[in-house]
Amino acid sequence: MCSLALFPPPLPSGQTTLCESNNELLSGINTEHRSKQDSGPLSLYFPRESLKLHSRTESSSKAAFLDHSETLWMRSAAAWRDGGFTGLLDEITNSHTEVPKWLSVSSGCILALLRWVSSFHGSLFPHLTLSSEDMIAEFSQLLNWSDCVVRAFAWHPHTDKFAVALMDDSIKIYNPKSATTPTLKHRLQRSVAAVQWKPLCASALAVACQNCLLVWHVDPCSLSTRPSSGCAQVLSHPGHSPVTSIAWSPSGSLLVSASPMDTAIMVWDVAAESCIALQRVGGGGVTFLSWSPDGSHILASTPAALFRVWETRMWTCERWPCVKGRCQSGCWSPDGSRLLFSVQGETVIYALTFTDSPAGLPRGSSTGPHAAAVVADLSETTFNTLDGDIIVGGEIQSLAWDPRGERLAALLKGDPLAADRPAIIAVFKTRATPIFELLPCGFVQGEPGAEPRLMQFHPNFRQGALLTVCWSNGRITHVPFYFLSAGIPSLGVSGSPSLPRPQERPVDFANQSLFTELIS
Amino acid sequence: MFSTEQSCWFVRKVICWRAAASIAWAVLLLPPTTAVFVILSKFSLLHPIQTISECLSLLTSASTIFSFILLCGVILIIGFLNLEYYTVIPTIACSKIALLGQLLHPRQFVNSLVHCIMGMVVAWCCALTIGFRYETLGYQCTHPSDGHPQMCLNEYHLVFLLAGAFVGFSHSLLGVIHNMNYVSFQTVQQYKYLRFKGSLPLVVKCSAIQALYSVRNYIVVYFFLGYIPRAWICKTLNLHLNSSVHALDSITGLLDLSLLYHLWISATFLLFTWYMTLLLFRIFVTEVYSFPVQSSFTEDAHQCLPKVVTDKQPMILKFLALQDLALLSQHSPSRRSEVFSLSQPGGHPHNWNAISKECMSLLADLTQRLVAYHDTVATNGRAKSLSSGSERTSSETSVTSGTEDLMSPRPTLLMKTPASVFARSVIGGPQSPLTAPFTPDLDSPFASPALRRLTAPVEQCSPWHGTVQSPHIMRRVPKLWSTSTDSQVNGSPPPSPASVPSPKQEPSKPSFLTQFLQNKKEQVKNFLAKRVLIMYLFNKLPEASSQALFADSQAHIWALEGLSYLVQASFTEDQFGVVQTTLPRILNSMLVLQDAVDRHFKLPHASSKPIRSTSSITDSTYKTLRFALRATLKTAIYRITTTFGDHLNAVQIAAEHRKRLQQFLEYKE
Repeated sequence: MCSLALFPPPLPSGQTTLCESNNELLSGINTEHRSKQDSGPLSLYFPRESLKLHSRTESSSKAAFLDHSETLWMRSAAAWRDGGFTGLLDEITNSHTEVPKWLSVSSGCILALLRWVSSFHGSLFPHLTLSSEDMIAEFSQLLNWSDCVVRAFAWHPHTDKFAVALMDDSIKIYNPKSATTPTLKHRLQRSVAAVQWKPLCASALAVACQNCLLVWHVDPCSLSTRPSSGCAQVLSHPGHSPVTSIAWSPSGSLLVSASPMDTAIMVWDVAAESCIALQRVGGGGVTFLSWSPDGSHILASTPAALFRVWETRMWTCERWPCVKGRCQSGCWSPDGSRLLFSVQGETVIYALTFTDSPAGLPRGSSTGPHAAAVVADLSETTFNTLDGDIIVGGEIQSLAWDPRGERLAALLKGDPLAADRPAIIAVFKTRATPIFELLPCGFVQGEPGAEPRLMQFHPNFRQGALLTVCWSNGRITHVPFYFLSAGIPSLGVSGSPSLPRPQERPVDFANQSLFTELIS
Repeated sequence: MFSTEQSCWFVRKVICWRAAASIAWAVLLLPPTTAVFVILSKFSLLHPIQTISECLSLLTSASTIFSFILLCGVILIIGFLNLEYYTVIPTIACSKIALLGQLLHPRQFVNSLVHCIMGMVVAWCCALTIGFRYETLGYQCTHPSDGHPQMCLNEYHLVFLLAGAFVGFSHSLLGVIHNMNYVSFQTVQQYKYLRFKGSLPLVVKCSAIQALYSVRNYIVVYFFLGYIPRAWICKTLNLHLNSSVHALDSITGLLDLSLLYHLWISATFLLFTWYMTLLLFRIFVTEVYSFPVQSSFTEDAHQCLPKVVTDKQPMILKFLALQDLALLSQHSPSRRSEVFSLSQPGGHPHNWNAISKECMSLLADLTQRLVAYHDTVATNGRAKSLSSGSERTSSETSVTSGTEDLMSPRPTLLMKTPASVFARSVIGGPQSPLTAPFTPDLDSPFASPALRRLTAPVEQCSPWHGTVQSPHIMRRVPKLWSTSTDSQVNGSPPPSPASVPSPKQEPSKPSFLTQFLQNKKEQVKNFLAKRVLIMYLFNKLPEASSQALFADSQAHIWALEGLSYLVQASFTEDQFGVVQTTLPRILNSMLVLQDAVDRHFKLPHASSKPIRSTSSITDSTYKTLRFALRATLKTAIYRITTTFGDHLNAVQIAAEHRKRLQQFLEYKE
């Protein structure tokens, strides 16, 4: 099993990781390479000061108005509209001078009963008591989401453009081939938790917001820098907010969304703006979704120590209870046969291997393994560097696997309070044959003082893999890994990640259960 | 002849059994529903234990079992009606008058009547179950003056029966208005049980809300008209009215909370059982059916996918075959390999040829329809500009008339026509295939409008009376509006005889007579346009024509998906290169369709985004099919271009299509 002790030590302070070449990570002094790095049009810098943040008091504008001149009926109707049943009860209880005594007392009793029941519910699932911003921060794939300048990042699956969601609730789209950078703003686009481009489409971008989902249609040929909000489709479902995770099907036909408040996963037919709720009890919500690149499975983790793996043929799911905490992050191998995931409170990466049911059989379920195997141990390890001891390791915030399945990046949380325990990205080399194993590659570090917040691999980088990292200081950099693929380049001609390639699947999956014993 | 035999095969062997299974499940679910209904109707907060014991004794009583058997019969009949009236292509009424025509259609009348009676039966059962004061129609009372006993009318019972009839009737009417008989297919395949479980809360909610509205309407109706049935019943059954109790068609009589609650709960029960039957029917009938791609026995050949896909009737068979095609192309490598295989003696790719040909003909058919529709809009404008006189009049009147400031009557009438005719052709039964309204023959759209005028009166009487028309006539209908017969549809005599004497006129050189006629016609039309009622009836419902145009687009969506996935898979799986031979044609048909769809969405009335539909039991998928088609089409082209990439440059296609394809290759669409 791979552990951090096998890694080369982290770079001394002041050096940044530039790229991987000839099987080793090259680094450079910050300043002299900065200019070279920045020559690319895709390296961006969003200083925190440049963003105009609005003070967020608009959640209720009630306090600014005098509304006591309205009659009880009007206020009750307004309360019913704004706050639903509990709002109505609250209003009746509060205006006890105007209503009959029995009414106000009984509504007060019902309200207390409701609150008691909901507090009981909340004690079962503590996350339900969080505010929606806290909830997004808690369950986001980003490290320390509420403090991030870059809230979300997404490469287009087929071209070299990407979307960046910023702290001021705007989204910018950068395309090296075009001079215009459209800025997307919408009334409902608040607290963006995730963005993702629709596969097999040039223009559609799904945005997970606080209250709804937005699907922008940004015409790539348009010269407009501020597409109107008419270009956005609003998808919302009562009780399905805040949306913390979204995933497009690799075939581009469906979009799934998840909210920690809702136990159902919504499967959206975006064109028709209709949705189907896939409800399963247990877990208290859904926090993170990841669609396997071959489209056959979806990982759905819940706030409880439980995650599910859905198969997308007949939409049934397998339950996977965890021992310690909830599933924090996960990623799929390019052929969709292997799932790596990390669990909150544990410092290891687990692997699950799925073998498809024999082709052609109508039954949709796949036969999975019976237990997850540990493939890497990321427990804390002390490295002696020139600047003193640095402790690296700990819990994993997010995982990313490059589209060829050769490099795996793990964003380690570190400890923000301790200076010698920085958040860091550990990169592994992965090998699927003859047995699945992770080999150490190295750490990716940025400028001093900047901690990585978010990372994503470029979906079709020809020379190897390209890791895009968003740093806490608002910088977005790209770290290329130059290597030759071990196998035959398995991508389609223009690099579609969604090609089904059943015949390229290694044949020895049957004895995969042995691999942990072999390695450890 | 052969095809009808085949359809019989499928309907007999699959659809009927599915319907029977759904009805059986609905009957099985009836006891728990009834139990819940009994508990809710008997419930009293103050005596919970007494309620339970009462309910238990009631549930085992003979009268309950009898009414339960009656309810089972009702479910059977409703299930049979579902099977008889379901359609996979919705009937979209494009104007109020067309909707009215649908409502007054004899077939629909039978449906409403049966629903009415069934509603009454269910209400009778409910009244019997609730017991109390609702139980019987008559009771013993004493004559107010002389005191000797007589039979009096129990108005509560009557109110219940009429409420049942009313709810049943309004259910059937709403079914027509909301296309409740339309069966849509899910984008996501789920097991039947999970699907049922997922939509059960929605059914409960919808039936409760719908019952509330129905009861409200019923009370209003009964308040005003209640005395008529009451008097009639009294007279026929020789019952008397008890003057010592209040009549129920008064404010005090109807504001009886217990009565309202019982009415509401009974209506909810009624609607719930019916909706549940409908839901089960939809779930069962849209279940995926896996057709064999090829069979080793020749007698089963007509059941294989390549053969079944080409069938025109029944529509459900074609739809299920296309759905199966879309699924196999996505999920099943072994069945795909059968599609790509060659025939054993001869080595022809018969399977692929049949499937791809049918899919492309579907796409071409839709393209044709869209182009024709677009042309009618365009030629209409041109025909108008031919005669300067009429143009002047129309411009004058558009200023003067107040009713047409939003949309001029000319395009509205025009848009109504093709769609309503098309919708009719859909109901038309076995004679109307999918391709009926716009056959692909390209007889020139500008050829002699005068000749068409001759056929005009024949057609004009038809659209709302369900006569079956030949596709050729239907195809010409849209043009008719452009030249002559706008007002004929209103049944106004002057223009129709007047247009007959001018059959040999050439439209390019309008004589004085035609100009005069044009002017007259404009005047009549504008006169009629100012009449509010007529405008109300004949105004195009928003979006309806667009919806009608894409009413069967689910088939096209599957055809696109199936084709594109098969082409994508052929990149790695097609050993003999059978797909390569048809790739240019596939690309061509998709790009042509893309053009037509783009042009359609650029029309001024076509909204670019779907309207938000509230979730309800009525399936409104058909309203958004065109958007789904647009997205699927684009994704399908991208699927092919991403798979083949620069290899597509070697494919032989026309120059303008190559340009378009290049856009797709560069992700600029």
